[in-house]
Amino acid sequence: MSGQDPAEAFRVEAGELLDTTEQALLDLTHQLGSRDLIDTVFRGMHTLKGSGAMFGFDALAAFTHHCESAFDRVRKGQVRATAELVAVTLSAMDHMRALVDGQGEQLEAESAAILARLQAAIVTDSEASGEGDGTVELDQPCAANPWQVHFRLPVEAMANGINPLILIDELRDLGATRVVALTQSIPALNALDPMQCHVAWHVELPGDVAREAIEDVFIFVMDEMELNIDQQAQAALAEPDVTGATAIADPDLAAPAQAALVAAETAGNRPAKAVGESVRVPAERLDLLMDRVGELVIVQSRLAQLACGGFSGPAGELALRSISEEVERLANELRDTMMVLRMVPIAALFGRFRRLVHDLARETGKTIDLITDGESTEIDKTVSERLADPIVHLIRNACDHGLETEEERLATGKSAAGQIRLSAQQTGGEVLITIADDGRGISRERVRAKAEANGLVQPGQVLSDSELLQLIFEPGFSTAAQVTSLSGRGVGMDVVKRTIEGLRGQIDMTSEPGKGSVITLRIPLTLAIIDGLLVRVGSGNYVIPLSAVEECLELSLEDDIRSRGRSMIQLRERLVPFLRLRELFGTGTRPDAFQKIVVITTGGQQVGLVVDQIIGSHQTVIKSMSSLHRSIPSFSGATILGDGGVALILDVVQLVALGQSHEERLRAAG
Amino acid sequence: MPQGRAMHTMTTTNWDENGQLEVLTFDIGEECLAIEAVSIREILDLLPETRVPGAPDLVSSVVNFRGKIIPIADLRVAFGMPIDADEGPGVDHRIVVIETELDNETIQIGLRTDKVHEVATLERSDSSEPPVLGMRWRREFVRELVRQTDTVIVLPDLQEIFRSMAGAA
Repeated sequence: MSGQDPAEAFRVEAGELLDTTEQALLDLTHQLGSRDLIDTVFRGMHTLKGSGAMFGFDALAAFTHHCESAFDRVRKGQVRATAELVAVTLSAMDHMRALVDGQGEQLEAESAAILARLQAAIVTDSEASGEGDGTVELDQPCAANPWQVHFRLPVEAMANGINPLILIDELRDLGATRVVALTQSIPALNALDPMQCHVAWHVELPGDVAREAIEDVFIFVMDEMELNIDQQAQAALAEPDVTGATAIADPDLAAPAQAALVAAETAGNRPAKAVGESVRVPAERLDLLMDRVGELVIVQSRLAQLACGGFSGPAGELALRSISEEVERLANELRDTMMVLRMVPIAALFGRFRRLVHDLARETGKTIDLITDGESTEIDKTVSERLADPIVHLIRNACDHGLETEEERLATGKSAAGQIRLSAQQTGGEVLITIADDGRGISRERVRAKAEANGLVQPGQVLSDSELLQLIFEPGFSTAAQVTSLSGRGVGMDVVKRTIEGLRGQIDMTSEPGKGSVITLRIPLTLAIIDGLLVRVGSGNYVIPLSAVEECLELSLEDDIRSRGRSMIQLRERLVPFLRLRELFGTGTRPDAFQKIVVITTGGQQVGLVVDQIIGSHQTVIKSMSSLHRSIPSFSGATILGDGGVALILDVVQLVALGQSHEERLRAAG
Repeated sequence: MPQGRAMHTMTTTNWDENGQLEVLTFDIGEECLAIEAVSIREILDLLPETRVPGAPDLVSSVVNFRGKIIPIADLRVAFGMPIDADEGPGVDHRIVVIETELDNETIQIGLRTDKVHEVATLERSDSSEPPVLGMRWRREFVRELVRQTDTVIVLPDLQEIFRSMAGAA
């Protein structure tokens, strides 16, 4: 950590603080009365203001101060939290992010616009609830012209025992929001006497501070110094940029405001950058890593001792071998620990979509509930980053095209609020991410008409339902009857598909007219670790994901002979199809005397795999196969065994499908 | 992969401004092949290979190369050379790990070789296009033939070889 730029450290901290605060705000939209959430938001802003000022992010501190005081009033019960207030605060959060990124100078007008909206949100509300008068005063700093204090101490001030820092601290106590040091008159280094004070300061104070109070600060030094106290009118504050403000707030679908698009854009894209910069690692995982490193150091010193000739002959060899084993174990463990460090819960990825859905709901005027599930599923950090954009597209599509307007929903007997369900689960070597909506589903006729219009299919060409749906992922395809700011630019789905395939994943879609659509992303875990069952088939080792394994049985000789030709085994009350991996893989070896059946299951379907030997459970680090082997269906990846050899990981989904198709063929045959 | 098949252009050889090319030469069967030295990553002794059931013959197995799973390619398959299954690997048998671009993806592939010779500099003036007739091999798999005093060195078009495989699979 040493040598890190403190401002950078602050940016990271502020980013996290803003994220948690934003989550609290989004929760607040659903339960406007929750005191806990209001407190969380308030505390977040308070901390941000404090540390912002500490690290010299004065514009941020000043801006946050106003938001904080607004929430302070909510907290004290003077103002009710409203959806409008939350919405304005959310855009204020975006603005804070920009300020954290150090774009303070260019954003002053926007600051003012947002603060004006914030003010409006509070004032209208307090007037409506009839407790306005007394409280408007409290937020005076927003509206009143701030004091501009300019002062320069005499050159010999410090020699006389005047400490300018104390003066500035006193000004801060009065509520100074912005302190700028004017360093133009500092002489060149060789002419500089460090005992002299050449710096002048420009301080901005809230307008409600009494002039006398400011003058009091300088009471002991006033005689010799330059002091200029001014209450300037600031055009930007007095006249907020009304057009900008309404454009962002306008929930009307008919006005596809560019600003709103930008807001939605940033909501989706911005955190991806943040994730790339730092990872949060649970402390216990780090401790584990530390333990291993400690052990490694000890082994290393043993090795050094041995190298210096501590032993010779057989004793030495024995010692060397034990050290080598130790190193091998440690290396394996270090590798595994390191891999786990790269895994992040998908919750971080899902979290940012809540904001997106919130913005989309406002923009489209629809009521949308986002339900998330399986947030503790862990995926590789890089995969998580690269998934963000495609999922943003999919959610936008679902909100824009998928979900109907409130009236349409009610007319078809659905609940007024549309539902987007985002869920993740790990199955074997893959993470399944599904984005489901309960909207109108995909109109096959429109897809077809569109595809024919675009020349993607010939009129009259016979297509299966899934082929028809796959057309949506073709470049240049879009069913949007009317282009809105959200989606429907004809880019998107094909980009999504390409990104997912870039991650070597798959995208599947099902859709039922009137009921909604489900999009499933199957993403392989490039660096994941799974518990696997190591088995031997012929001379090759294979790993079956343990999560899919239901039970292991012995295939008795008579069962084996009896089942020839029909590949079904009676498992308690059920007939389960099975696959002889030896035959499937063409090992060309004779079966072992005691073959085993490993029963695997996925999606409620079972299939038995006949293997020669079950070796045992194995911590499996999943490695991807090269593109030359990716098209082979039976395997989802490979792993490295303790002896450096390679074991292939069986693709449970594919094998079960294969087994089921065998079964169907048998059924059909009679 | 469609874009891969669509552009059927031959991979060009990057001779330097002096018309020279630094390559690694090695034997496969009776033939001497050469691959640009810049794309060579490592030369390995034999590693325990793992057969991948269902994979094309050209890349029928994988190995653990420094924690990565890389395919092992047998160019004898691409050039239709006889493969004697019973014959074990010779003493000079090595795996040459190369890095190449395939469908906009950088991949590492191990090439099974019978003997690795040396890093040599080839002259452009000695090279010629593969003849249209009279070759045992598929012409598109060969970029250029370079005449040496006692032999002819083949510059294979690895991308085309692997691409054709991806298309076939």
